Amino acid sequence: MENILNLLKILSQGLSTTLLIFVLTLIFAIPLGIVVAIAQNSKNKILNAITKIYILIIRGTPMMLQIIFVYFAPYYLFEISYDRFLAVIIAFVINYAAYFAEIFRSGILSIPKGQKEAAFTLGFSKSQTFFRIILPQVVKRILPAMSNEVISLVKTTSLAQVIGVTEIFALAQKQASFQFSILPLCIAGVMYLALCTIVTFAFNKLEKKFSYYTIT
Amino acid sequence: MEQILKVDNLVKKYNDSYAVKNVSFKVNKGEVLAIIGSSGSGKSTILRCINQPEKIDSGNITINEDSMVKEIKKEKVIYNSKDILNKMNLECGMVFQSFNLFPHLSVLQNVTEAMTQVLKMDFKEANKKALKILTDIGLKNKVEQYPCSLSGGEQQRASIARTLAIEPQIIFMDEPTSALDPELVGEVLKVVKELASQKRTMVIVTHEIQFAKEIADRIIFMSKGEIVEEGTPEEVLDNPKKKRTKEFLKRYSS
Repeated sequence: MENILNLLKILSQGLSTTLLIFVLTLIFAIPLGIVVAIAQNSKNKILNAITKIYILIIRGTPMMLQIIFVYFAPYYLFEISYDRFLAVIIAFVINYAAYFAEIFRSGILSIPKGQKEAAFTLGFSKSQTFFRIILPQVVKRILPAMSNEVISLVKTTSLAQVIGVTEIFALAQKQASFQFSILPLCIAGVMYLALCTIVTFAFNKLEKKFSYYTIT
Repeated sequence: MEQILKVDNLVKKYNDSYAVKNVSFKVNKGEVLAIIGSSGSGKSTILRCINQPEKIDSGNITINEDSMVKEIKKEKVIYNSKDILNKMNLECGMVFQSFNLFPHLSVLQNVTEAMTQVLKMDFKEANKKALKILTDIGLKNKVEQYPCSLSGGEQQRASIARTLAIEPQIIFMDEPTSALDPELVGEVLKVVKELASQKRTMVIVTHEIQFAKEIADRIIFMSKGEIVEEGTPEEVLDNPKKKRTKEFLKRYSS
């Protein structure tokens, strides 16, 4: 029992890093994802092509590789080294923005054309139409898909350790080999499970909040 | 009579087939024009061209003094400036077959949204005006509800209220009762009749022949993208001259 409490204490030192990666990724990747989704839906062919290639590369390569690339590429190419944690955040934001963008895009496409037309004939500008008419409906539609992706983010934070950023999982592995025991990994698992439960709960709340109307 | 809308030799093509072919007509102030015809005859397309979701391929549309098309160069339509198009757009109101209410906004907000966002009206003033319009249209006890909890007839009436809010000079209705259960058609037609009695200028695309007869000052019968016959309801519906019109009306009266 004492060992469990002790392990919890040690792993909690990584909790703040895990949470920080999680929160910062959401803060930056969601707006970036919206921008990418808009660029994808735009009529500009160059913008279209750039976003398509970006999403293809991000979804088509392992995230572990991306994290290592973001941190080491500047060093190998220009001999610039920088903060590891910053590299993790950059890699996570670039990666998750691509997945979020696809979710936003599917949401935008699912809104009936008539909504845009009605807004247009009432004189709304393009940005008014997007932010006041389309986006609020998109948010409701994409909540289930977003909840999926955000839950996966909780667990993916464990990849930060590949460039030596110490979070829950890195500490757990260290303790496991140090104590020659599976217990630290189990405790880490329980911590991730707890975090995911909170996220699930939050999304259920959100879905309830948006249930006052249905999109027909 | 003061003329509000003029459509000149309007052409709209989808790929290479004509949806609307050289259609011309005028609408005077306070006049109700009904456009009838079978599905795919180009009725709705005309409304969509005037209200600008669709680009036209040739011809011109004039509302009051403003023209949509600046010039036609080498068979390519060059539209007028955005300012003019926006002004024209605001002078037109559109009521859709499928209502297209904003589902995330209450009935009241659906009506006030354009007033506060587009016309930059004061919030309180917009609310007051919206309440008045909704009361007149018989939705006073539904203002706080969301479109999903309204019947089809109520939704269409709310969407008419939303259009009235921007005080358009001419209201277009694209088959306003086609998506409704038969028993709900009446309440919407009553509202449209009320608008007609207020001498509002309207262009209504409809399948309700009897209704068109009661409400319209003039009727246009279309077939295959062209105007076949045009005149008063008595002329077009009671004494049609063209064979195509007779055939069409026969199906409705039987």
